[in-house]
Order: sequence, then structure tokens, then C-alpha cells
Amino acid sequence: MSIKEDIENLAFELELFDDVMDKYEYIIEMGKSLKDLNAKYKTEIYRVQGCQSQVWLHAYVKKGQIRYEADGDALIVRGLIAMLIRIYSKRSREEILQSEISDLEVLGLSEIITAGRQNGIASMLKRIYDYAKEVHDA
Amino acid sequence: MKSRDCKKDFPFFSNESITYLDNAATTQKPQVVLDAVNAYYTHYCSNTHRGSHDLGNQATIAYEKSREVIAQFIGAESRELVFTRGTTEAINLVAQSFVAGNFSTVLLSHLEHHSNILPWQMHGLNIEVIPMDDNLNIDIEGFHELLQENPKSFVSITHISNAFGIINPVKELIALAHEYECVVLIDGAQALAHTTIDVKDINADFYAVSAHKVYGPTGIGALYGKYELLSQMPPYQGGGSMIKDVTFHDATFLDPPLRFEAGTQAIAQVIGFAAAVNYLSSIEDSQSHDKELMDYAKSELKRIDNVILYSEAENVCGNISFTLHGIHHDDIAILLSKQKIMLRSGHHCALPIMRTLGIEGTVRLSFAIYNSKEDIDLTIEALYKAIKMLS
Repeated sequence: MSIKEDIENLAFELELFDDVMDKYEYIIEMGKSLKDLNAKYKTEIYRVQGCQSQVWLHAYVKKGQIRYEADGDALIVRGLIAMLIRIYSKRSREEILQSEISDLEVLGLSEIITAGRQNGIASMLKRIYDYAKEVHDA
Repeated sequence: MKSRDCKKDFPFFSNESITYLDNAATTQKPQVVLDAVNAYYTHYCSNTHRGSHDLGNQATIAYEKSREVIAQFIGAESRELVFTRGTTEAINLVAQSFVAGNFSTVLLSHLEHHSNILPWQMHGLNIEVIPMDDNLNIDIEGFHELLQENPKSFVSITHISNAFGIINPVKELIALAHEYECVVLIDGAQALAHTTIDVKDINADFYAVSAHKVYGPTGIGALYGKYELLSQMPPYQGGGSMIKDVTFHDATFLDPPLRFEAGTQAIAQVIGFAAAVNYLSSIEDSQSHDKELMDYAKSELKRIDNVILYSEAENVCGNISFTLHGIHHDDIAILLSKQKIMLRSGHHCALPIMRTLGIEGTVRLSFAIYNSKEDIDLTIEALYKAIKMLS
């Protein structure tokens, strides 16, 4: 499934909630079930600059695919991280670089797409793309 | 007019069913302010302090009349009031035109906003921090000792903390600082909307304010400075309408305040600022209303398990900060926002005090004249829902 299809599926899941609070309940549940990042990656080097909450992102290549794992100190942010990992992890660099950040707009989550907002999620997205640009063996 | 009757004056609330409790960041604007701005643009839009046509004169009169209104509102003379883009620019102006080169040390309180830290840092000044007690109040004894060690320094202190609502005893602090021949600036960004300001009574050397925190337009504020200080200061920026004479090699400048107002000014915003100040003056009970809301919010918040309140001191106004044990402040703000309650979470541009307290940030409720106990009830109800979802 392409990145775009994955995003559309996720958007479909989120659209099932009539009540916005139910939608956030779902995001929080995703946040609660996000696997904790190994403590050795929760350091300054892996910290993504954010204004509201902290995010740590570790990226590496395995079997020719880029893998992302991340963590955050706030639950909703953890839920958003879980979504981004579901969308972008285990992809080739071409798949990531051919996708557009604006594809995420269909999710209707202002926390992700608000342009220029200094939040950890926006910075994490930038790092996801930056890593894909820099890495050569995936 | 009483505060309880004023909400109808703010068109924002007729258009949006939102509970707005982020007033320390910026306030909504009453119709009279929008009308004043609109009247300038639709009836007498022209540049000030130049040319001789009638329209320009009308704009200049309105602009200078606004200066008079705002100066009077804080107990100053018109010639002592310089328009700036806001409190931040006012502090930068003082840092550049008065402090840099004349002082080596600036004394700040722990509660300062980044706007009252960075301008001094950027000019390479040595910063000393005034000690505080457990209630976040300035430790007067500690301040005294710091003044003994650093006489003839510059002192810059917030009147009311934007993150915790603490009111500093500025009159007492200024008097003490003057004993040691220090010059004092007060950051009045939060104070203008919440307390009576009399710059002469407190004997401030400089006092900085912003219009948008007091129901006025964004992008405009003012610096009060004692005239003898302003007249010693070189211009902050060069440009149109602040000169007596210019050649390609030299220039002489107008007297304050025009010396500091280079280029076309934010004329509409200045006029809107005065309309805002006049509007606030028409509200009889703004301060007691604020206290009532603060007391009510505090007592309601205290009933919630695991709430840590940071505004326990008696001398607080305008805003309340709290955290919830085990819950991130950003999660609270997002979930409240989804329930149409807008408040601020985070470090409130005051990272040093957050670090001192060992916290990443807080949730902050900040009040204005149009807020009511019902707003607080809605917030508490939404807060319970958020806590349940996050637990």
C-alpha cells in the first residue's frame, strides 16, 4: 500500500467518529499503545525541537527500508507519532520522498498540519523527510 | 458599565461560541475599537506629522489625541509616551538607546518573559537574577543585597507575571533600586488590563505596555520614559518624520517622543489603542471582577484531585497557572480546545522560571472583563472530561 493509501485509510478510520472527543479518545488510545522508545534514544541527539511537548525520533535502515521509532511525553502527541510511524516506517526512501507532507491534510488534524507551528510533530515530520533525503542505502 | 454587561460589546462572541481564556496572550476587541480603526481608514486615512492638507491634520490630531489619552491612563504626560510596536519593542528600544554602552549589569526577576531577557542578552549585558521566595515573590532582602553588590545598574522587572499572575510590589522595588542609583524599567504588558497604573506614583523610569492585551489592536504599544531620560537618548531607528534637518552626512533629530517614531506609524492602531483604553475606563468594576474570577477559579481548581496550583499567593491577578500530576499540559489544552475552550499551555515564553520550578510548562487560565463564572464552570467540566480521557 502506498503512503497516500495508508493516509486515506487512516482518514477513513478517523471519519468514523461523529464526535470529535471520540476521535481524540481513539488518538489517545493509539498513544497509550505506542511502544516506548528505548531509553538510549531518549537523549538530546534524538530530541526533536518542539514548543509544547517533547518528541524523540530514532531512524535507521533495515533490509533496505527506513524504520522510524519515536516517543513523546504527551499522550495525544504519542498518538500522532503512532500514526506517522504507521504511515512512514518500513518504506523505501523513494516512497517517502515521492510523497507530499500536504497528503496528511485529509486527516483533518490541525496538530499535524498547522503550517509553521513550532510543535514537535511538525518537526518530527521534517526529520522524517530529512532522514530519507540523507540516507543512501534504503 | 459593569463587566457582566460588556460581553455583548465584543463581536467575536456573537460570531463564535467559544470560551476564551487566553487573554494574557491577547484579548478580543470591542466594537468601539473596530469602529475607531475603521473610521480612520474610511474617513480620514492620511499620513501624520507631514504635509499641510486638512486630512493629514485630522489624522495627526487624532494620533496625538490618542497619545494624550493613553498617557493620561497611566499617569504620564504626552511628551513622555513613545509609540512602539508593543512591550517587546519598547524594551528593545530602551536596551539599545539607553542601556547598551551605559550599563554593564541588568537585574531581572525570576518571573520575566523572554521579551524582558533577550534584549539585554543581545546587547551583551551581564544579567543578575533577583532571588525569590517559595511563593514566587521577590525576596526583598535578597534584592537589597543584590543592589548593594550592583549599584548603578539597570533594573527591569515585570509588574504582573504573565505565567503566574504574581503582582510585584513595583513601587517599593523602584524606591529601593533608586537608593542604589539604579534606573528601573517596568514591563507592564499584563498590568495595563488588570491594575491601575500611575507611573509617577510608582516613580518608574520606564514603563512598557501593549495595546492588544487591553482590548486594542495588535502591533501597537507604548514606552513611557521620564522626559529627562528620553531627551538624553539617541534615536532607536532612523527614518521619516523624526528629524529637524538632514544632509547626506549629518542629521539633527526632533525632541522626544517623535525622535523615536521613525517612518509612518501604525496610525490606525494608535487610534484603536486610545479607543480601547477609553472603553476599559468605562468599565467600573474591572478589577473586582478579575479578583472574583480568580478566587472562584482557584477554589474550583483546588477541588480537582492532583491539581498543583502555582498562583497560591494572595497578590495575584489576571491569570492562574496549574499542572496536573501525571498529565501533560499540552494534552489538557488540546482536549479543552476540542471542547471549545481556548486557553494556553506551555512555558508561556518564560522558560527560565519553568526550569527553576522543574516543570516543562503549565496550563494557564487568563481572564478579561468579558469572562464570567460560567466560563470557569464550562472549563472545569471540560477539564474533568479531559482528565478522564487521559487517565
